[in-house]
Amino acid sequence: MSLVAQQLLLGVLIGGLYGLAAAGLSLVFGVLRVLNVAHGELIMLGGYAAFWLFTLVGMDPFVSLLVVVPAALVVGALLYLGLFASVVRFSDETRIKNSLLVSFGLGLSIHALAVRLWTADERSITTSYGGRALTVAGLAIPELRLLSLAVAFALIALVHALLTRWRWGHAIRATAEDWQAALLVGIDVRKAYLLAFAIGTGLAAAAGGLVSVGYSVSPSIGLEWTLKALIVIVLAGLGSMMGTFLGGILLGVAEAASAAAFGGPYREVVGLVIILLILVARPQGLFGRS
Amino acid sequence: MTGRGPRPIALGAALVAVGALALAPTLIQRDDVINFVFVVLLSITLAQSWNILGGYAGQVNLGHAAFFGIGALVTRALWFGGTNVIPAMLAGAAVAVLFGLVIGVPAFRLRGAYFAIGTLVLAEILRITVSNVFPEISTLPTATIGHYRLTDRYYMALALAVAATLTVAILTRARAGLGMRAVREDEDAAEASGVAALRLKLTALSLSTALVGLAGGLFAYYQISYYPQHPFAPNWTFDALLITYIGGVGTLAGPVMGAVLYTFLKEYLAVRWVDFHLLIFGVLFMAIVLTLPGGLVDLADRARRGLARPRRPRD
Repeated sequence: MSLVAQQLLLGVLIGGLYGLAAAGLSLVFGVLRVLNVAHGELIMLGGYAAFWLFTLVGMDPFVSLLVVVPAALVVGALLYLGLFASVVRFSDETRIKNSLLVSFGLGLSIHALAVRLWTADERSITTSYGGRALTVAGLAIPELRLLSLAVAFALIALVHALLTRWRWGHAIRATAEDWQAALLVGIDVRKAYLLAFAIGTGLAAAAGGLVSVGYSVSPSIGLEWTLKALIVIVLAGLGSMMGTFLGGILLGVAEAASAAAFGGPYREVVGLVIILLILVARPQGLFGRS
Repeated sequence: MTGRGPRPIALGAALVAVGALALAPTLIQRDDVINFVFVVLLSITLAQSWNILGGYAGQVNLGHAAFFGIGALVTRALWFGGTNVIPAMLAGAAVAVLFGLVIGVPAFRLRGAYFAIGTLVLAEILRITVSNVFPEISTLPTATIGHYRLTDRYYMALALAVAATLTVAILTRARAGLGMRAVREDEDAAEASGVAALRLKLTALSLSTALVGLAGGLFAYYQISYYPQHPFAPNWTFDALLITYIGGVGTLAGPVMGAVLYTFLKEYLAVRWVDFHLLIFGVLFMAIVLTLPGGLVDLADRARRGLARPRRPRD
């Protein structure tokens, strides 16, 4: 019993990262109607950035977020201007299709580049305090992962605050609601798109940094993380940062439960099957607005 | 390329090419060359099958590997079990179509990303499950290796590539193909003018998954040993999309040209840099999607028109 409880606890801890990974994708899809299937590759790049900052200059992975996230905001803005700005001119349907294709090519390129630059090896950051764990009610809570969960929550709360308090946050939400109406009331929709994409990339990079600490990064994790983020969005719907965070935790727990029930190799499958079932049984449930 | 059938010159060239390819094994006695042409032909089938659904009916399939893998898995299992290889391949294609419809029927009632996500997810589920259920490498029995004949595989690949290309050729002229393109351009307008959009999308999906299922079956018949999850790997989807877009999506000749160019460069680059071709083609792919949606075929067309009528103002 305590073994299962331990697994579920670890599921909650990684679930926070799923939520953070999904938050960026959800924001970008909700606001720009751009489905960025290279989101996982952006997470991977964030992970490598944290890894190299730690390995080359010895920067603590939590401190390096202060470098990695601002850099990712710039990268996101450039990606938007270079690739996605020309996609958002189209009507909704063409926009989704073209963004899928462009981001597919982007993900492929980033993956191939990462293999060239950093080889296909798995890397992870091992900090001096990495092995410590709290013991509560007979369950071991790895401190590192607990800290990651807290950071993930803090970042999501920050973005939530930005979207609800900041002037441009209002603009982003109005654009997500109805971009034509937003345009009519004088909102610079292009700038809202740019900001949303930059923030989405920043969130991806932060998630990557945390992945490289508690878990590991390699060039091929991109697809896996894109899929995790998609699953969370399907579970949580669009439009609520906190809902996305909880959706992530739900996925983490569901994975842990299925690993306990069917064995470790199938932990990845449960979320994918959930998407497929929702798609077949109740397709309008994908991407519902909450 | 739209509407008109192939020009007589193009038709003649195609016939000559197929004739030359049919004679190749007797003229060229080198296995490496035949193997290379086999890969080109398999790539043509892979890309044309994607093209039918993605290029004509406009539905983006991000899990083409799922159907290739199903074809391979079913064919290999039946063939090893004693079934003749052709019925085994047909069974593989039928199962691939079945899986396609499971995703397509619900997803096609909606628009947008549903089908792309459904296929992407299906491919991952199958890849992970197959690698768990069949972790051992699958190798031909020694007796079969003893009388393995490359030319049999080669001719099947040629027949399949011709069949896939003919299917697309028929679609460029047939009413169904016109309807598919109408759905691709504007589904609402197509339906308003009496096009049965859902039925045409499902037809395109069935043709596409049947052909790629056969291609997977051929792979299972051709490859001496591989891990059963290998045909489910995302690479097969990458190949299909890259080839189709670089050559020219929604055209007849595009996937053929794309397959030749892609396989040449892939093999050439692999000598020194494994997988480097993915970086080059990934960037090229983005550039084509954003700036040259007609691919190489369109580029060649424009160049030809430009040469023929140098002073004609742009219309």
